[in-house]
Parts: sequence; C-alpha cells; structure tokens
Amino acid sequence: MIAYRLDTRSGLAPYLQIVQQTRDALRLGLLRPGDRLPTVKEVVGSIAINPNTVLKAYRELEHEGLVEGRPGVGTFVLRSLGGPNTDHPRLRRRLERWLMEARDAGLDDESISALFSATLRGSLQQEDIA
Amino acid sequence: MTTDLKTAAIETSALSKRYGHTWALRDCSLSVPAGKVVALVGPNGAGKTTLLHLAVGLLEPTSGEVRTLGSPPRERADVLGRVGFVGQDVPLYPGFRVREMLEMGRRLNPRWDAEVALDRIRRHDIDLRQRAGTLSGGQRSQVALALAVAKRPELLVLDEPLASLDPLARREFLASLMEAAAESEVTVLLSSHLVTDMERVCDYLIVLSASRVQVLGDVDQLLATHRTLIGPRTDGDEVAGVTVISAEHTERQSTLLVRMDRPVLDPRWTARDVSLEDLVLAYLAHPTSSTLPGPTAGPRRRMEVGA
Repeated sequence: MIAYRLDTRSGLAPYLQIVQQTRDALRLGLLRPGDRLPTVKEVVGSIAINPNTVLKAYRELEHEGLVEGRPGVGTFVLRSLGGPNTDHPRLRRRLERWLMEARDAGLDDESISALFSATLRGSLQQEDIA
Repeated sequence: MTTDLKTAAIETSALSKRYGHTWALRDCSLSVPAGKVVALVGPNGAGKTTLLHLAVGLLEPTSGEVRTLGSPPRERADVLGRVGFVGQDVPLYPGFRVREMLEMGRRLNPRWDAEVALDRIRRHDIDLRQRAGTLSGGQRSQVALALAVAKRPELLVLDEPLASLDPLARREFLASLMEAAAESEVTVLLSSHLVTDMERVCDYLIVLSASRVQVLGDVDQLLATHRTLIGPRTDGDEVAGVTVISAEHTERQSTLLVRMDRPVLDPRWTARDVSLEDLVLAYLAHPTSSTLPGPTAGPRRRMEVGA
C-alpha cells in the first residue's frame, strides 16, 4: 500500500499529483500488478482532500489502463510501468552528454532547467501551430 | 439517500436580510448543488453567517426566498432533521460529559447512528467521561462533527469550523470532514474567511462580499478559465478574449489576472495558472468584478489600466 501526499505549492492540480505519484510508484516497483490502491476514504482521511479529487485521479489511471476499479472491492493495479532508466537508455545517455556540455558552457542547474523548459514550451507551441 | 443528485441542496432567490438599516445579505440568488463540498468564503462581515442561518431556519428572511432540501426551512420542521448544523464557536454544553451529549443526540434524532458517533469519538482518543468544557479546541470540533454526522444528514452546514483551531487540528478536522463526505452522498457547505484551507477540500465555491454574491461556480471550471498574464506594460484593451479582473503595473511590466473566454495566443504574454486564493483575492479587491451575469455586477468589458 502506498501513501499519497499533497504539495499545495506545486501548482499541479491535486488529482494530477495523485496520478503522478501512482505512476512513480509503478515505475519504482512500489506498486505491482494485483496491488490494491488506498480507498477513497483512506486517502481523504490522511491528506484531507475532496473525495471527488481522488475519484477523478483513479478514473484517469483507469482510463490509462493502469488500474481497474472493482465495485465494492477496491481499485487494483493492472500493470506496472517501466522506469526511465530501463526504457530509454540512449536518450538518457545523450541527455547526460548534453548536460555535461551545458555545465562546460558555464550554465548552473537553474539556467539549465530554465533553458530546458523554455525549449520544451517552444516545441509544444510549434506543434500546436503545425 | 432520498435527495436526487441533480436537485439543489439549497436554493435562494433574491434572498435578503436586514438588521435595522443595515443589509446583512442582499439580493442573494444561488443554488448549492447536491453532493458537493461547497466553500462559502468572504471577508468578516460579508454575510456568511447570515446566509447559513437563513439556510438552516435560524433566521427569517426580510425578503426573498430560501429552500433547503426542497422546502422553506422555517415552515417545514422535518427538513431540519435531515440537516446537520455546526455553529460558530462550536456551542457544546460545557458541563455535559461526552457520553451525555451522545445520549441527547440519540433521543432527539430519529435517524441517529450511535455507532458512527462512537467510532468517530474513539478514533480521536476522546474519553466519553470527559466534560465538554475540558476538551481541547480540536476535540470539541471533532465531537461537534461526530454529533452532526451521526444524524445521518443529507446536508451538513458548518459555520467557520476552522477559525479557532491550530494548523494540526485544522488538518485533522478537514480530514475527518472529508471522510464523512466520502462515506455518504452528503452535501457539505462550510464557511471560512481563509481560502487556503478551502482550496484542497471544496469542489464548488461561493464568494460573498459586502452582503452580495460575487463569485459562484465549480472550482475546476473557475481555475480552468482564469490565468495570470505577465507581459510588457500595456495601456489599452490589447488582450483579446479576456476580461481583466485585476491589473498591476510597473514601468515595464503588466501583471493581469483575467478570465479567459478562449486561450490567449499573443506570444508577448506568459500565462500562468492561478491558485484559488489568487482568484478570490483578485475578485475581492475589485468589487465591481463578478463571475455572475447581470448589469449590476457584470464583467468589465474593456481593460482599465491602473485599476
């Protein structure tokens, strides 16, 4: 069983935080197929959020085919997710090389992360226009 | 549960209450959707308590109408049996033991669920022999909530339940309240002058300001349609498709909180998501802005710089 937490300053909608934390747990192997997710009542009783927020997150996970709700029994994990290390070794190696170049160019972590987000946003906008 | 999910738990039309020459609530028309957790926020003195007291039949309207669970609460006493009410300052009899309050609840309420009440009280390590006057603020709130929930209400109304609690007790109280919401399809209406406490628990928001309703709507919907725009200093209505709620300017930069009718594509503006607190504070600071249609409190059509 996993426990959720809520970061009110993250800017990410609470239901998406639950979705993301579940996905992380699936990647890290903390949740495996057949495991039961906490009930809605358990989640709201521990982190004091609206029950509909939890339902919305579980529906989203269900829609992605990661979990399955069984009426009256609970919500169960259907499949796990590969971790980023195992899934894309080449992309990761190239990113590491890029990071080394960026540091050599004198960029600190904050500038690197700003450059990355700006580029990501730019590429998304281009996709929208295209 | 007898309430149809589609019907409103509370419906008011042109509801007004006047004390002498002062209007505590004016021309309030709203509908509290059933099955939701509804936050009623606004500054002190905005009329929150008046609205709640009208809804549970403790006050008589000066004019207008209120229907609670389908009926006017002062005409239909049976309605109040289906409503749980926790008033401000949690009025419990200080000399009563917890056990005696539970016994009183059982005798007064035909739908009383003794097990629910006992379970809640035990979970918070409250001794049944303790007198109400010796309970901590957090424990007192939990007892009041247990008594209200044990009525098996269709509507739970709480007036500033967090005001006197420390941060830990607040969190525990909200968790406990959300458990009650998860257990049944009860509609929860709670008031607060602090938006931050409400943000994580409510899915519907009512903002009262100066005895009028200023903002009303589904929280997801409100957050999806409002953004903070940051860009070069603007003098004029150059941002198409938005209604400016609040604007701040420096020599070179403008920061606008806006309601969007469609996405802002102008690349000079960086759009950021707003928190519920930002949104509420922007409206409260600009009393002429409102999410409600209508001439008296309609949105400003053109951008006013420096407003």
